[in-house]
Parts: sequence; structure tokens; C-alpha cells
Amino acid sequence: MKSKKLLEGFVHGVFLILGLITVGFVLLITVYLVISGIPAIKKIGLIPFLFGKEWASTAAEPKFGILPFILTSVYGTAGAIVIGVPIGFMTAVYIAKIAPPKLKSAMQSAVSLLAGIPSVVYGLVGMLILVPGIRKLFGVPDGASLLAAIIVLAIMILPSIIKVAVTSLEAVPKEYEDASLALGATPIETYFRVSVPAAKSGIAAAVVLGVGRAIGEAMAVAMVSGNATRMPSFFESVRFLTTAVSSEMSYASGLQRQALFSIALVLFVFIMLINAVLNFFLKREKGD
Amino acid sequence: MKKHGLSSRRKIYIGTMKWLMRICAGLTFGLVIFLIAYVFIKGIPGISWNFISTAPTVIPHNIGILPDILNTVYIVLATIIIVVPLGAGAAVYLTEYAENKKIVRIIEYAAETLSGIPSIIYGLVGMLFFCEFLKMQTSLLAGALTLVIMNLPTVMRTTQESLKTVPQSYREGAFGLGAGKWRVIRTVVLPGCIDGVVTGCILAVGRILGESAALLFTAGFAHTLNGIINGLCSSGSTLTVALYFYAKEEGEFDAAFAIAAILMVLTLLINFAAELVTGYFRRKKEL
Repeated sequence: MKSKKLLEGFVHGVFLILGLITVGFVLLITVYLVISGIPAIKKIGLIPFLFGKEWASTAAEPKFGILPFILTSVYGTAGAIVIGVPIGFMTAVYIAKIAPPKLKSAMQSAVSLLAGIPSVVYGLVGMLILVPGIRKLFGVPDGASLLAAIIVLAIMILPSIIKVAVTSLEAVPKEYEDASLALGATPIETYFRVSVPAAKSGIAAAVVLGVGRAIGEAMAVAMVSGNATRMPSFFESVRFLTTAVSSEMSYASGLQRQALFSIALVLFVFIMLINAVLNFFLKREKGD
Repeated sequence: MKKHGLSSRRKIYIGTMKWLMRICAGLTFGLVIFLIAYVFIKGIPGISWNFISTAPTVIPHNIGILPDILNTVYIVLATIIIVVPLGAGAAVYLTEYAENKKIVRIIEYAAETLSGIPSIIYGLVGMLFFCEFLKMQTSLLAGALTLVIMNLPTVMRTTQESLKTVPQSYREGAFGLGAGKWRVIRTVVLPGCIDGVVTGCILAVGRILGESAALLFTAGFAHTLNGIINGLCSSGSTLTVALYFYAKEEGEFDAAFAIAAILMVLTLLINFAAELVTGYFRRKKEL
């Protein structure tokens, strides 16, 4: 009897540890990023680091200002949202409300496939279609630019937006729509004026999720955005927060390396803020 | 009720919305078809027996991706073997043991946070913790452990969902017969979570195949041919990392597209398998 109790206690303990591992991992990531990100910020100074307009990490007198990267990430994400959200939103309403069953399941498979395609494949296709296309269309010397990155990001965030928006649109109680139809609204009016407002928290969550995906993407963006360390401009080569970390990590040392960790810390802070907003909307969706 | 009874303003609104939706849905669908077709047309001519069965050499100039294929297999196996017990165990704790609401909320919040962190940050922390602090150097094992952290929330969530569908009466029945908690979990709960674990594994494999940013600094980019034990202890590139390298650093677009075509086939297979498995388990549950 006693050994059985001992066994039960032991098993309980093992599962408790397994359950807490997730929390441990989050703490591990946070602690490591903070510990390795703080020293460079201390040496450079928070204001010169965040708002310095020049990044010259290997120069004789190195400069570590990451404002260009921050702005590029913000503009790139905003651009991707401006293009991706309307398309994703309209597609989601179509899939959730209008598409006939067979087309609906085909489109849902297509969307999951879009989510499953590795980001380097998007980057590769972008390198061969978007980059030369932008060069020819706009007559700029190099097509690897913020614009190319925005288009790639807009495509990459589509599946996250569509999936979350479809789920929340489908969860709208049928009575709402029936009532609207009975009052004389046509189906399309009902979907946009009743179903969409009823699902607005879920749709907001979809947009925030898209923001998170876009700001965190590294490889696809690295392949189409050129990587020059200047202030962002639409048709010129730019560097994002993510690509700033990945492009110099392999050879960086000393303060330069520490500064890269600080960039990662800044990115992490951005992501945490986005997560908090996302959680707010998801909770409201559940509460409704 | 009749359409011609609507005011022209409403008609225009309805017409515009209808066409906007059709155009956007068509655009999304067309994009997927175009991506698949483009990658296959550009990539399939580059796939040959030599390409997939040799290691790359500089003299004579030869690009072969056998090492990258094997590295991908090793990293997938290592990650899955580690992540399944961790993820399933965490799910069992949450659904069967946890009585404290606060702990449950903290764990779920942690899982949500993990799934929102970008892979480049995983790569960085993986490099600092596994490669440098635990002195694993740049190795496939360090890469796999990094991917374990990334995929833990996925496996945990799918397992949790399948555990919720195990009827409470089964557990009560087993307890009523005098079984202890651990016995109930072993005989009643764990068999019920197999479908969740399988679904989670498929999703995780898909994510591992597509991952590159988290592996650059943890698993590295060597193309040496290795057995599984040696492979896990040494640096090696997976298919996605190899694609990035050939396209970005060496300008070998034919090789890059051939790898992209292979990855596209794998993505299609994974998606197909995921749909098949979810459909199968749903039918089984309805019976």
C-alpha cells in the first residue's frame, strides 16, 4: 500500500515537471535574451542605440544605431498588413460563408498548403520573380527592396489571417444571420453587416497574428530585401531587425556580437507586446 | 424579397462586395496553384539520381544533396523522439492532474508565448544555450533541441484536445474498479491521446522541414555525409538551409529550385497526411 502511494506521488511529480517545462523554456529564452542583450545597450546607451540613424558595426569607429532596422521592420509589417489583410479578410468571408462545400474544402486545403510552404521557398520565388520584376517595372538599379519584402510578407501572412478569421466567422451564431435575413437583408449584406461585426474580435486577432508573423520573419525577407543598412525607402535595399541579427551573426565578435543580441532583445520586446494584444482579443472572442 | 425590389445603392454594394470576394478568393487560390506550378516547372528538371544520391564536391564540380536529406531525417527523428514525451506529458498534467487553476493558466500562457516567438530568436537562444553553455558546439543535436522548444506547444495542444474527448465516465469507471491514478492514465487516458499525438507529430514534422532561421546558428551548414550518431554530433545543413545557401550565397538557382521542388512535394504529402489523419480520427470518434 505504501509503495503504491509512493509510486503515485512519483508519477504525479514527473507529470508536474513535464507540465512546467514549457514555463521553464519561456523563462530560459527571456533570461538569456535579457542577460545577453543588456551589456551592449549599457555600453552604447539606450537612446543612441534605439534612435541612432547609423549602423556601421565593422568600421574603425563603429556605430550601433538601429533606428533604420526598427523603421524597416515597422514599415515592412505595415505594408504587408495593408496588402494582406483586405485580401485575406475577403477570402475568409468567401470561404466561411459563400463557397459551395467542395470549393470550400479545396480552398481550405490550399490555404493550409500556403501555410506549410517553407519560408525559403517564398524567398527563392521572390528572388527570381519579384526582384527582377520590380527592377524592370520601376526602372530601379536593384529590385531587392523593401517593396519586394512587403509583397513576400503579405503572401506569407495570408494563411494565418484567413484561418483565424474563418474560424471566428464560422462561430457566429446562426440565429444572428437568420434574424437579419428575416428582416429583409440579402445574404451578402447579412455577412458583412451582421456576421463580420459579430466576429470582430476574432478578425482583430487574425490581424494581430499577421503582424506577429510579419515582424518575425527572417529568411524569406533576407533573400529579397538586399540587406543595406540605410533608412528604409521603398525601392532601395533595406535591412530588417530579423535580418540584422542573421546577417552578421556568423562572423560577429565583441561589442558587435553583443549588439546583435540587443537587437534580438528589441525584437523580442516587440513580439511580447504583440502577444499581449493578441491575447486581449482572443480572450474577448472567448468571452462573447 | 425579390432582387429587383432593392434600391440601386444596395445593389451596387452587394455587387461590389460579391466581386471583391470572388477576386480575392481567386487571387489566393491562383497564388497557391501558381507557386506549386512554378516551383515544379523550375525544379523538377534539376532532380536526377546523381543529385539526390551523392555528396557535393568542389573538384569535379558536383552538387549532391544526400547529406542534406540525411541531416533532415536525423533532425526530424531526434526532435520527434524528444518532443513527444514532453508535449504529451505536459498535456496529461494539464488535463488529468492540475487542480490549481493558476498553474494551468500559467502553463497555457507560456505555450501561447512560445508559439508566438519568431524562429530567429529560437536560433539565437539555441546557439547561446545548447551550443555554447552546454558545449554541444554547432551540431544537429543542438538544432534538434532548439526545434523541440519550438514544437512543444503544437504537440501539447493537439494532445490536450484529444484528451478532452476521452469521456469522463471511462475515468470514473476505472476509478470505481479501484484503479489508482497512474493506472487509469496508463490504461484509459494514454490510449485515448494517440490520435492527438499523431496529429501533433505530423504538424511538427511539417514545421521542422520548413524551418531554417532557427537552424542556421544551431545546426550549421556543413554538407558532410554522416551516420546518425556522428551526424547528430556534428554540424550539418537540412534541405531548407541548403536551399538558402545555394540560392543566396552561391547563386546556384537550379540546385535551389530542385530542392524547393522536393520540399514542395514533402509539404503536399504532409498536408495530405494531416487531412487524412484528422478525417480518420473524426470518423472513428463518431462511430
